[in-house]
Amino acid sequence: MPLTLAEKLISMHAGREVRAGELTVVKVDFAYVQDWTGPLTVDKIAELGAGLSSAPSHTAVFIDHASPSSFREVSSGHVKLREYARSSGCLLHDVGEGVSHLVLGEKITAPGMLMVGADSHTCQGGALGAFATGMGSTDIAVAIATGETWMLVPEAIRVEVTGRLKPGVYSKDIILYLIGLIGSDGATYQSLEFFGETIESLSIPGRTTISSMAVEAGGKCGLFEPDGHTLEWLRENGREGDYREIKADRGAHYARVIKIDAASLEPMVSFPHMVDNTRPVSHPDCRNVPVHQAYLGSTTNGYFEDFEAAAKVLKGRHAAPGARLVITPGTKSVYRKMMSSGLMDVFLDAGGVINSPGCGACPGSHEGILGDGENCVASINRNFKGRMGNPRAFVYLASPATVAASAIEGKLADPRRYL
Amino acid sequence: MSGKAWKFGDNISTDLIAAGRYAHLRTNLPELAKHVLEDARDEFRTGVKQGDFVVGGRNFGLGSSREHAPTIIKMAGTSCVAAKSFARIFFRNCINIGLPAVRVDTDRIDDGDELELDLAAGVLRDRTKGMELSFPPMPKVMTDILSAGGLVPYLKKNKGFKLA
Ligand code: SF4
Repeated sequence: MPLTLAEKLISMHAGREVRAGELTVVKVDFAYVQDWTGPLTVDKIAELGAGLSSAPSHTAVFIDHASPSSFREVSSGHVKLREYARSSGCLLHDVGEGVSHLVLGEKITAPGMLMVGADSHTCQGGALGAFATGMGSTDIAVAIATGETWMLVPEAIRVEVTGRLKPGVYSKDIILYLIGLIGSDGATYQSLEFFGETIESLSIPGRTTISSMAVEAGGKCGLFEPDGHTLEWLRENGREGDYREIKADRGAHYARVIKIDAASLEPMVSFPHMVDNTRPVSHPDCRNVPVHQAYLGSTTNGYFEDFEAAAKVLKGRHAAPGARLVITPGTKSVYRKMMSSGLMDVFLDAGGVINSPGCGACPGSHEGILGDGENCVASINRNFKGRMGNPRAFVYLASPATVAASAIEGKLADPRRYL
Repeated sequence: MSGKAWKFGDNISTDLIAAGRYAHLRTNLPELAKHVLEDARDEFRTGVKQGDFVVGGRNFGLGSSREHAPTIIKMAGTSCVAAKSFARIFFRNCINIGLPAVRVDTDRIDDGDELELDLAAGVLRDRTKGMELSFPPMPKVMTDILSAGGLVPYLKKNKGFKLA
């Protein structure tokens, strides 16, 4: 029987062929936690009375959400995580190394892997052809202790994107458009699988923007077939040998097929306080929306290519008075490349302030918390009330180029004017 | 299990349940629990009584994987979260910590209604309205985890997953 990508990847780890709707136990190739969910995972491992980790080299702790920490309670949680990493022998990515999913994309994630993380955006791994999904602290404790988890094999939605993206329109606009179309629960419990010439043309960073946001439509994963771009990315990161081909079978059953004409897309904006509350930037609602903070970074747009797109718009220009431009490189290697390529100068000349690599302002606990009544346009992935630290503030989601254009004008703006 | 209904709307995110600005309290659950659902409905955290029900609309618990969200709902004494639909990770977290999460048409439940959950029968009773709302049976592994009181006690008992 022909299989979807999700069915194929899960079957590879279940030791038998499984189909959508079946429950199965799977072998986990890699499990990880971050500093907000990790301390609870460490407690649960202790409660289980299990050994520290069944496969320490396939387990990682990331200190990225509060990095460096601004609260002593969080710092003490970090102490606990470092101690766990030391005693279990698992990998530790400490303060300043970057966002878990992005670091893994550089160093670990590979086609055919099955990964679970105590972070909802774990689904980003799908960009490289891994079955990757987010779970809670207890589930990850069990995966770390036993090397297994159970799951329901998801039904899949096939998203076919064709046509050439116009200048100023990016993969972020594709995924914002899709979520606006199907809604924040439009893919709940399902696998979003992406195909078509536009998808094939996207680099791995472009694909990670889409896969990371699968969860914003309720999806369990966002999957892409590995191809030449995947091989190229692995090669750039010194991991060419990790490549393998995995394709969805022809004739596989999809619960729904969605076709998107990329050529007709415009830059998109999600309005507060829901990701599916989208408008094209030319919509009248986007006129005269003041921007107090323009924010670049996060899982979704934290690779070099994302900052490059923003720098193209910002080069030789300056943020408007009253608009703060805050930038958080996704990983340390992105940070280095931003320095060596001159991007940092562009951002500093534009009035930008640079955070250390990590989650920065995205989760709302440091490095750019919003004030009462303030608006932020951000390249992050969600805009729920309270997201960037203040339930009385408003978060608009957009591509890095749209964020950059909005910084220049001090209000929501169309990046195409600056390209 | 019985108690009073606290009604919430659609799309109650984990940011509304356990806000990011209280992230520093995540290693101190009793303190974090004082802020449960604060940004969704502030009076809940002070008014909730042992056994009460959190009743949501569509897509309850969307957003982050933070297990702290269902954990502090449970710590508030809540016997069950009932909603029209749940976000995937939140639902799984509820089961893993032993907090029943049931899918029913909550439109007909009003704030303050007296509710009673019969998990085995698959029924949520609204005693104020004299109506019964049934929910689809959960897979056996989930009811087993729930009846063991969560995933950790379940695994200690079973030494592995029993799916059938
Ligand atoms: S950058 Fe934002 S979305 Fe990504 S892991 Fe950090 S808090 Fe989560």
